[in-house]
Amino acid sequence: MTEVIVVTSGKGGVGKTTSSAAIGTGLALKGYRTVVVDFDVGLRNLDLIMGCERRVVYDLVNVVKKEANLNQALIKDKRLEELYILPASQTRDKDALDIEGVARVIEELKAANFDYIICDSPAGIEKGALMALYFADRAIVVTNPEVSSVRDSDRILGILASKSKRAEDKLEPIREHLLVTRYSASRVENGDMLALSDIEELLAIPLLGVIPESLAVLRASNSGIPVTFDQESDAGQAYLDAVDRFLGNKVPLRFVNTKKRSFIQRLFNTKEGASA
Amino acid sequence: MSWIDLFRKTKSNTAVTAKERLQIVISHERTRNSQPDLISAMQTEILTIVAKYLGIPADKIQEQVRVDVERRGEHSVLELNITLPDALSVKN
Repeated sequence: MTEVIVVTSGKGGVGKTTSSAAIGTGLALKGYRTVVVDFDVGLRNLDLIMGCERRVVYDLVNVVKKEANLNQALIKDKRLEELYILPASQTRDKDALDIEGVARVIEELKAANFDYIICDSPAGIEKGALMALYFADRAIVVTNPEVSSVRDSDRILGILASKSKRAEDKLEPIREHLLVTRYSASRVENGDMLALSDIEELLAIPLLGVIPESLAVLRASNSGIPVTFDQESDAGQAYLDAVDRFLGNKVPLRFVNTKKRSFIQRLFNTKEGASA
Repeated sequence: MSWIDLFRKTKSNTAVTAKERLQIVISHERTRNSQPDLISAMQTEILTIVAKYLGIPADKIQEQVRVDVERRGEHSVLELNITLPDALSVKN
């Protein structure tokens, strides 16, 4: 049974593409046949984050418009047997997508025996974002501990509940998951950043994971290797934990508390992670 | 954190401010998005009734009667504010 997952947020720049790549990679690492679809037509970046930018020939729009078939457009990951990418077009705009075309692509992906179809949504609440969430069974709402991101996430939750296919067909609603990214435990401790408990209380959806602000994420995108492969890193481990929880396993939260610093460390202001 | 902060008792806590502001704006937007038609329909009818019984002219009704909906935690509060121009002007 294939599940369609949308990775969404409303606000841009919070880590949707990074999270789509990392979670897709995590699911494939666990042996699930996974495809990550970039819905950000005109501003594609998933290819860059997943390191296959030089292998893009055909894209989602070509398949929607029947200019290419699915197999021509799908890019197989070089590292993982079960991982595929369907890139967005860089030359068209969001209007190139239509609901019937996207429905057909989703059906074809289901027929190709994928376990998970991850739809990487563009920012905003316009056509591209609506297309990405329309067919979703589950939604991962990516949120930064920051006012505009939390507000936009709440808005997206309203849209998931009213404008998705499941809402229109009056089926069981989309299962929502909260993924907090760029979390800094030390800033929370100093009262400068919204705490995890605040975000959970405000958005009131179950927590999938907390990804700490990490140099590993930047390094991963620099090199085009999803951060999940960096299993030494805090962010890589946090994403793997999130994938475990996504699959229904109980995993304790990590990286949400500061390490206790000694008086001497505080005196000389040696920051956590400064040397990482 | 500098030397002096180690001994300072009161720290600024803007995260608390952020949370309070978000609670207000989110609850407000949720109400507006979930029942926009219901509220405006109710508002129109309330205005008609008030105008009829208090004899407030139609062009003045907007400034003398205010209908607001607010969410407080689990409850929604419908607030009706009517400014009576002058007790004598109330018709029976």
